[in-house]
Amino acid sequence: MTTAEARVQLTTRKDWSSDQEVRWCPGCGDYSILAAVQLLLPELGVARENTVFVSGIGCAARFPYYMSTYGMHSIHGRAPAIATGLAVSRPDLDVWVVTGDGDALSIGGNHLIHALRRNVNLTILMFNNQIYGLTKGQFSPTSEQGKVTKSTPFGSLDMPFNPLSVAIGAEATFVARTHDLDRKHMMETLRRAHDHKGAAFVEIYQNCNVFNDGAFAAVNAKEHREEMLVPLVHGEPIRFGADRERGVVLGRDGQLAVVDVAEVGEDAILVHDELRENPSLAFMLSRLARGPFEPTPIGVFRAVERPDYGALVREQVAAVQARRGSGDIDALLRSGATWVVDEA
Amino acid sequence: MTSTVEHDSDGVGRVAARQPQTIDSLVVRFAGDSGDGMQVVGDQFTAESALFGNDLATLPSFPAEIRAPAGTLAGVSAFQVQIADHEISTPGDTPTVLVAMNPAALRANLGDLAAGATLVLNADAFDERSLAKAGYGVDPRSDGSLGGFRVYEVPMTTLTVEACKPTGAKPRDAERSKNFFALGLVSWLYHRPLESTLDFVARRYAARPAVVEANLLALRAGWNFGETAELFESSYEVPPTTFAPGTYANVTGNTALAWGLVAAAHQAGIALFLGSYPITPASDILHELAKHKQFGVTTFQAEDEIAGVGAALGAAFGGALGVTTTSGPGIDLKSETIGLAVSLELPLVVVDVQRGGPSTGLPTKTEQADLLAVMYGRHGEAPVPIVAAKTPSHCFAAAFEAVRIALTYRTPVYLLSDGYLANGSEPWLLPEPGSLPVLDPGFATARMGEVAGSDGPFLPYERDPETLARPWALPGTPGLEHRIGGIEKADRTGDVSYDPANHSKMVHLRAAKVAGVAKGIPPVEVDDPGAEIGEPAPLLVLGWGSSYGAITAAVRRLRVRGRAVAQAHLVHLHPFPANLGEVLSRYPKVLVPETNLGQLVKMVRAEFLVDAVGLGKVAGTPFRIAEIEGEMLRLLDGDIAGVSDRDEGVQP
Repeated sequence: MTTAEARVQLTTRKDWSSDQEVRWCPGCGDYSILAAVQLLLPELGVARENTVFVSGIGCAARFPYYMSTYGMHSIHGRAPAIATGLAVSRPDLDVWVVTGDGDALSIGGNHLIHALRRNVNLTILMFNNQIYGLTKGQFSPTSEQGKVTKSTPFGSLDMPFNPLSVAIGAEATFVARTHDLDRKHMMETLRRAHDHKGAAFVEIYQNCNVFNDGAFAAVNAKEHREEMLVPLVHGEPIRFGADRERGVVLGRDGQLAVVDVAEVGEDAILVHDELRENPSLAFMLSRLARGPFEPTPIGVFRAVERPDYGALVREQVAAVQARRGSGDIDALLRSGATWVVDEA
Repeated sequence: MTSTVEHDSDGVGRVAARQPQTIDSLVVRFAGDSGDGMQVVGDQFTAESALFGNDLATLPSFPAEIRAPAGTLAGVSAFQVQIADHEISTPGDTPTVLVAMNPAALRANLGDLAAGATLVLNADAFDERSLAKAGYGVDPRSDGSLGGFRVYEVPMTTLTVEACKPTGAKPRDAERSKNFFALGLVSWLYHRPLESTLDFVARRYAARPAVVEANLLALRAGWNFGETAELFESSYEVPPTTFAPGTYANVTGNTALAWGLVAAAHQAGIALFLGSYPITPASDILHELAKHKQFGVTTFQAEDEIAGVGAALGAAFGGALGVTTTSGPGIDLKSETIGLAVSLELPLVVVDVQRGGPSTGLPTKTEQADLLAVMYGRHGEAPVPIVAAKTPSHCFAAAFEAVRIALTYRTPVYLLSDGYLANGSEPWLLPEPGSLPVLDPGFATARMGEVAGSDGPFLPYERDPETLARPWALPGTPGLEHRIGGIEKADRTGDVSYDPANHSKMVHLRAAKVAGVAKGIPPVEVDDPGAEIGEPAPLLVLGWGSSYGAITAAVRRLRVRGRAVAQAHLVHLHPFPANLGEVLSRYPKVLVPETNLGQLVKMVRAEFLVDAVGLGKVAGTPFRIAEIEGEMLRLLDGDIAGVSDRDEGVQP
């Protein structure tokens, strides 16, 4: 057994925790996400030294400080760009991006969509609390229209983004959603995201108990969960409810609809296929609920294979090297027209 | 020289004068529509002259629009080159030959010409419509306005179409080769060897044999026209320059800069990662680097300027040489990330190929007006070393030096070039094979605690006592796991710290680290022949960046006239060489010419309390030698109180 293997096999949550005091507000959903990640990593068969967390700015962005891995707490919105440079030049690393709804979809929206369409080998966790927390309570690009905040005392006029629709529209190859009140679901979703080759985007519903408490309670509070969360399982009919009595169908009008299974029959229920190349159904599923107050799908929406960008970059370099040999500086300097002046 | 329309020059004089005359230098400007291929022709005339053995310097000038309306002043594209039998440092103040492919090209450039200059006009283009488009009410060839020039009218379009008849090309297609006709004619007129152009045409248009054939026919037709048309009373030759022995190449600044980056990464044994977004006039560095993947170069064309520098910084965290290339507008956008790099203390090279500003400004024109932006343009106390290239070939050494500083001190470094250097070219004495120094990235390989025999935590902000650089500990190294970020860090541990005393200490440490770069750079050299015999000049001209060429030429001219003047040129703008203050104190008068409103002059006045005087120019064009020469004379002769009568103004 090599030392790297030994380190991997023997780790526990404690090994992945840094010595820094965690300073999120008491009761913040970020704690449970941190715990899920720290519990998952020992199971992934990866080494601490090969794991890097890169973040931008916001409450979520403090995440790397609490991990005993390599990490960078960068600047607002730029984590996907910075992580792209790292992941492309260092294929041996597991690069995670931790971001929030403001960081990823507002100031950093451009970098997020381009990292996704390039399919950079990144695991992107977007903590969505539908509010700006670190700046103390302004509306975010995922806040619902009409939201009253410090910067919108008469209600927000902005149409919100649907994060998963954005990701699917940006050609993402892996798109999933989970929430901070279900550790098991979080861990399974994050495991899938980690194992995906290419860019994996995970929206995590995260409660900000100070500035936007209960934003997702209508769907993920214990008492509503069975009725309001729609688990997506590859190859299985999309059903939910205490007795799985409700389901999703693709209607003749081309729209998805939530129905009673008894009324339409089991065979009419849409079978979830995360491998479907065409993203249209995944896109429709991402918009099944107009917000976290209607039955809301969770799990892996889409997981398709496409070469990751870094691999393509390295293949191209290798192909050129195979053709031309590795570079010779003196030859480079003499690659154009040259002339020699002899000693007089 | 009087106007000589040569159509009816007599045969006797012609025979006598057709022996090539030897001249010591020549400034040619090729001008035409931006679609006429003037840059190609200028490049080839330059290549012919380089291989012939002349010293040379070039000044391409083109509109920002890809195809401005044909025939208009806005669409004129030009390429100027000076060739000489002696060492030169500029493309020349005033062209002695103008090749004008249409009336607009004539009108746009006429005012720049030397008295008695030679005009070679494409006579076919001087029809009524083209004259009107250029704003000529009357044909300038007939109203006496070209009276001071030697004018040759050549029906280039007709002759090109005629020459290309064997290819079967339609006249509209055939006439596109007229730029090669012009090149052939001028190559004959100045005895340039055509071999390099023949090679170029064959290679460049290899995929289109018909184009190769047409261009070669046009080129030969132009040459033959010069030889047989008996239009020109003489041809000329600029003998080769006496160069130091060695191998030379003719390169643009952007190419030399790209090669300098490749060479530095190679000498450091690390991969080069370029994160960049296309922008004039820096894009050619991206294009050049993209060609050289055999060196393990990654060129990442990012979604924007910010992602370009961000990806470069991310790659630097992983142990690559992170580089981003841009021009002024991109610098604005990258500033926040450069501030992050200051805080992270990671190596990063930021190349600013300056252009006219503010805002979009003059994308294709040159200016040195970003110095204060890169010096001070970040929030907080965020010092960044600055290196500036002074000539096209010096871009290689400047790039290498920027990388050395970045790697040694774990810091972002600004490398300044400009549009003039980027596109200009000159003969470059190539470094001897194997002569480049080795750079050591010095990656951290073990926990300091383990080395010391204890198991204390890894200290990512522990500093090298000499350089004050922190360890470059790469992800993947067991035991060195650490977190870095833009929040102020505690000394040594790198933990988040809001402690007042710690912040003060860290700000001072970062400043001291950058100031300490001066310890590793050579003292600024002063060229002052009189100083060696105890008679220093009364005036020092201090320059930086691309004004080197014009300053050097102006200093030479004054010395030829018997005036004593000293010259010094800064490659390191931050920190300054350690002896700069002492050098400045030796001279009663200091002049700082720069193509801005006085940026370096502000810095040296602030730093050293010297009464340096600025000479600013913001016309989108490099200094002319005469502008600097005139200002030096004014200072030497004590007339410094007078207000300049030039629109460039005098600073401060």
